[in-house]
Amino acid sequence: MDPAVIFIILTAATPLLFAALGELVVERSGVLNLGVEGMMVMGAVCGFGAALWTGSPWLGLAAAIAAGMAMSLLFAILTLTLVSNQVASGLALTLLGLGLSGQIGEAFVGQPGVKLPSIGGIDPLIPLAVVLTAAVSYVLFRTKAGLVIRAVGDSHASAHALGYNVIAVRYLCVLFGGACAGLAGGYLSLVYTPQWIENMTSGRGWIALALVVFASWLPWRTLLGAYLFGTISILSFVVQTKAWGIPSQFLSSLPYIVTIVVLVIISGNRMMMRKNTPASLGQPFVPDR
Amino acid sequence: MRLVLEKRAEHSAKMALLSPIIALALTVVVGGVIFALRGLDPVEALYVYFIEPLTQDWARQQLIVKAAPLVLIGAGLAVAYSANVWNIGAEGQFILGALLAGMVPVYFTSWQTPDAMVAMILLGVIGGMAWAMAPAVLKTRFGANDILSSLMLVYVAQFLFDWLVRGPWRDPQGFNFPKTVNFDGWQLLPRWGDIHLGALFALIAALALFLMMTRMLKGFELKVLGAAPRAGRFAGFSGARAVIFCFLLSGGLAGLAGASDVMGLSGQLQTPYSPGYGFVAIIVAFLGRLNPVGVIIAGLLLALSFIGGENVQVALGISDKIAKVFQGILLFFLLACDTMILYRIRLETSRQAAARAGG
Repeated sequence: MDPAVIFIILTAATPLLFAALGELVVERSGVLNLGVEGMMVMGAVCGFGAALWTGSPWLGLAAAIAAGMAMSLLFAILTLTLVSNQVASGLALTLLGLGLSGQIGEAFVGQPGVKLPSIGGIDPLIPLAVVLTAAVSYVLFRTKAGLVIRAVGDSHASAHALGYNVIAVRYLCVLFGGACAGLAGGYLSLVYTPQWIENMTSGRGWIALALVVFASWLPWRTLLGAYLFGTISILSFVVQTKAWGIPSQFLSSLPYIVTIVVLVIISGNRMMMRKNTPASLGQPFVPDR
Repeated sequence: MRLVLEKRAEHSAKMALLSPIIALALTVVVGGVIFALRGLDPVEALYVYFIEPLTQDWARQQLIVKAAPLVLIGAGLAVAYSANVWNIGAEGQFILGALLAGMVPVYFTSWQTPDAMVAMILLGVIGGMAWAMAPAVLKTRFGANDILSSLMLVYVAQFLFDWLVRGPWRDPQGFNFPKTVNFDGWQLLPRWGDIHLGALFALIAALALFLMMTRMLKGFELKVLGAAPRAGRFAGFSGARAVIFCFLLSGGLAGLAGASDVMGLSGQLQTPYSPGYGFVAIIVAFLGRLNPVGVIIAGLLLALSFIGGENVQVALGISDKIAKVFQGILLFFLLACDTMILYRIRLETSRQAAARAGG
């Protein structure tokens, strides 16, 4: 394959990988944050705006991460401190993020963006995402901190009884997830298409959520899944240019259809699902006293 | 100092009703702050947003027009969410309803008898049901996550709509605009002013679902399965059947809403087409306390948020996108306030905590 095509595939896959890795850690700690799309789109708009104002795409990236974290903090307060329903709160986060980003981004529509410079001909975030995958895998499965996170996610009551602060661990994981989703959004508006378009995440946050299931909560499989999805979405562009008479709308909807198909195939394998799904996923925890 | 939650002995019915009101009040306060930050007089802006529309006849009619799809979809979602079935793809089911209803004018343009209207409405319902059936079956048959698959299908529906309206269904006499032929005569819903038959559908659907949830075994079954799935299974209720039922019901109503929207309002299919009712209806369902009658009130309120947005855009020159911000904030506050239904919230100082630990 042409190296240029591989590069484009990696560019399409990297935001998915960032967002999915963050959500993987969140879910490993037993929290289901369906608000990835909302955090991501806020990261995109804040990253774009900050880069525009300061002229520095790096500061833009930092702002994107901060925006994602701020959104995830809202979610954490709602679901961890106030034990609200996680599904509903995640939806609320997405709706709020889409609305708020549209409002904030109004002034940015049509403005030329600031593109993140490549270092040595390579966009630096692509290798960073691989490094992050390795780091998440190492921390989750080779360190005490990872053991605590997984314990909290598998049985919060036992972890609490052992003296671990379940809520604090989950707060940190949710914030990490927010930072990753914000970074993914920043990648979209600073690297992938350096401009602001309303709803520019166009469902990537949801695809990232599906990727976590696809990867059965394992980091390296998440990387594999993200690259697979990158390939599919770029494939549709390639086919489009060949003009075989396939409607472009069909090709554009391909990643979403593939997501569903993949979900079906993976979920059919119940053994694997049961082994890896965090046992306390989505269940609220109130420490007893 | 830290926040302490104390579980109530039973859930507080008073808080369940009070919570939306507190959430609304908080949203108005935050709204005032947002307006002030944008250099507007907050009192005037809030008046223009929330009150002025109610004083004008056209706006009162628009209120009902916009509330109708929200109530139709929201009532179905309320039932589904009570049963812990998470259909969040109502937007896609809405679009399919509009599409299938549009088939009649596109392919049978000259069909101009009353049964054309009935056929279009039924096709709309079938379209919504079909689109909702997919995530339901994938869930019950393969265990695929219904939240994700129903949402993914929203995007697929949008692309399908776009393709049909730009491609095979485009009006040949439409000067190349991406739209279908205009619906005509019996292909439109009867109207009184701006208000069309969809409002009546919404009212009937909400009342019927209210009866089902409060007076019929089916409603009891769904509520039990939602609150305690294990207990439900012991009682012989089938979780899989409930999933299918809830998706078909909420999808069918969303399809009906889509059909009514194009037959009562626009009279054609036109791209881009995304009023976003399917997503806002999620807020309607929660704000209405997952109670179909509560959904009517919540639907009117969220309709007001759309019209208020348009009103501030015209009167004060700020974008109507502010409506989406208000809607998001409202749901956030609502979920936060709902904590008080199940818990008492206390602030505990570190001294009190120490005393409790010691005693």
